[in-house]
Amino acid sequence: MRDNGQQEQQDCIVFRDASIKRGDHIIWRNGNLAIPSGSVTAIVGTNGAGKTTMMKAELGLLPLASGSLTVLGQPAGTMNHQIGYVPQSYTSDIDANLTAEQSVLLGLIGARFGFHRISKAQRAKAHEAMAFTGIEDKSHYRLSQLSGGLRQRVAIAQALVSDPKLLMLDEPLANLDLASQRAIVHVLARLNKELGMTIQVVAHDLNMLLPILTGAIYLLDGHPHYAAMNKVLDSKLLTHLYGTTVQVVTTPQGDMFVTPTPDEADDVVQDTHAPQEVARFHQHAGHHADAASQQAAQQTTERNAR
Amino acid sequence: MSDIDFSFDPNWLETLSVPFMTNAFIAGLCIAIAAGVMGYFTIARHSTFAAHALAHIGLPGATGAVLLGLPVSLGLGVFALGGALVIGALGKRATQREIATGTVLAFATGLGLFFARLSSSASQQMQSILFGSILTITDGQIVGFAVFDVVLLAVLTLIYRPLLFSSVDEQVAQAKGVPIGLMNLAFMAIMAGVITIAVPAVGTLLIFALVITPAATANIITASPFKAMVTATLLCLVAIWGGLVIAAMFPAPPSFIIVTLSTLFWAVAKGVSAVRSR
Repeated sequence: MRDNGQQEQQDCIVFRDASIKRGDHIIWRNGNLAIPSGSVTAIVGTNGAGKTTMMKAELGLLPLASGSLTVLGQPAGTMNHQIGYVPQSYTSDIDANLTAEQSVLLGLIGARFGFHRISKAQRAKAHEAMAFTGIEDKSHYRLSQLSGGLRQRVAIAQALVSDPKLLMLDEPLANLDLASQRAIVHVLARLNKELGMTIQVVAHDLNMLLPILTGAIYLLDGHPHYAAMNKVLDSKLLTHLYGTTVQVVTTPQGDMFVTPTPDEADDVVQDTHAPQEVARFHQHAGHHADAASQQAAQQTTERNAR
Repeated sequence: MSDIDFSFDPNWLETLSVPFMTNAFIAGLCIAIAAGVMGYFTIARHSTFAAHALAHIGLPGATGAVLLGLPVSLGLGVFALGGALVIGALGKRATQREIATGTVLAFATGLGLFFARLSSSASQQMQSILFGSILTITDGQIVGFAVFDVVLLAVLTLIYRPLLFSSVDEQVAQAKGVPIGLMNLAFMAIMAGVITIAVPAVGTLLIFALVITPAATANIITASPFKAMVTATLLCLVAIWGGLVIAAMFPAPPSFIIVTLSTLFWAVAKGVSAVRSR
């Protein structure tokens, strides 16, 4: 994979021959990739390709079926105190009666047993995190009074409050309006640039994140691949990845990818398969045996030629 | 007496000073503390229906205990705890499985009826188990309630933050190292205890209004977990004590008044907040 050991040391997340099963069903296999520290990486793939599963594995919440997974230099799950995690649909089900400040404080002291008073330093820390995500003026609002975008920023502040080195967000832009999406992306950009935080984002729609992404893990054909951003933005690959025709359009703001309008010609044949289906092709073809040593891009070329 | 008499009883103060009334007031305090504190977590965990179901799962235990000549609270507690541990072991998600919970609830209620029919004494106690009999609480029960409250507050002091974190945001809590399986079991076990001490007051059928409704009202009025717990406890206490006083003045069952007050507080809070948010 990488040619020098120095680079290896700086890598934030390293998968080696990793595979994940749920029951008897292999979600993905042959995970061989390294995500550099200080990067902003998207995890992309169709529904059910194992994006959230990948994050859970990185947090050590799901065991690998084989291989190894190193996060922040240690086996997955051991460095969670240095990871900020914002799960999916955090914003949707809030029945709890809690203020934004209390929610953020839980990120700092929520896992502690016993009786503790909240110190001034802890409260200051929470306010610092809230200020960073631009919600300090909302600290005494209840979560249920805040919009989806603001709640997402509370969740990010909760993840930030413990000074993580790695921030993982699962679909942080889902169900948000454009302005809120932009605000979140802006926060992520500052975290990466000003604090040097490594960021990983599960996303369906890359467009909003494109300006800040340095690379992407794409879960394709039951294998995760990592590629720098210029390699991901290939319309053939994206079409295959999303299971629907995708075109890359260069705009003054950078590359965008779009799905064509319904007036697309009828004779366009889309190369689309469910990830599990394609994973089985590979299994039968014995493809996975040598895949480990292959570069992601090569596999893509190989498959596209087939 | 065939005519229903709703007249005011001028001797209500004397009624209030009899020993069984004193027991009822003390029991009310113990129940209010337990229900007020745990109601918040029940709502935060989306487990209100599961909590309600625990009371019904306890019903066959209660009538079965009468059948065997054991204390009602013992049978109720054992069955509720058993049910709680099973639901707890299945995980927090399981407490949200309404159909499975509802089915078990109905079956347990049926089984409770069956046990009750097997003996005449259980049959006689059926109504007080279903609808409560706060006026018949014994000194022994009071001691049990007080001990439970002390244990509850001690355990909560220890697990307050992790329990809160796992209730509000289980996924992040798990990632941060909170033992969410253990928290879930602890919550359900404590809930079984709360149900066991609250059933004598209002019975298995009306328990929702005593354990959940005050916490829901408190969530409308206040904006923090701790304040909500204190407020819920006060609301619960006012409902029970108010129920006892009004039941002494007018010929109505205390359970009915308690549940009515609790519902009234909730309705008023709901209404006021709806008008304000306009």
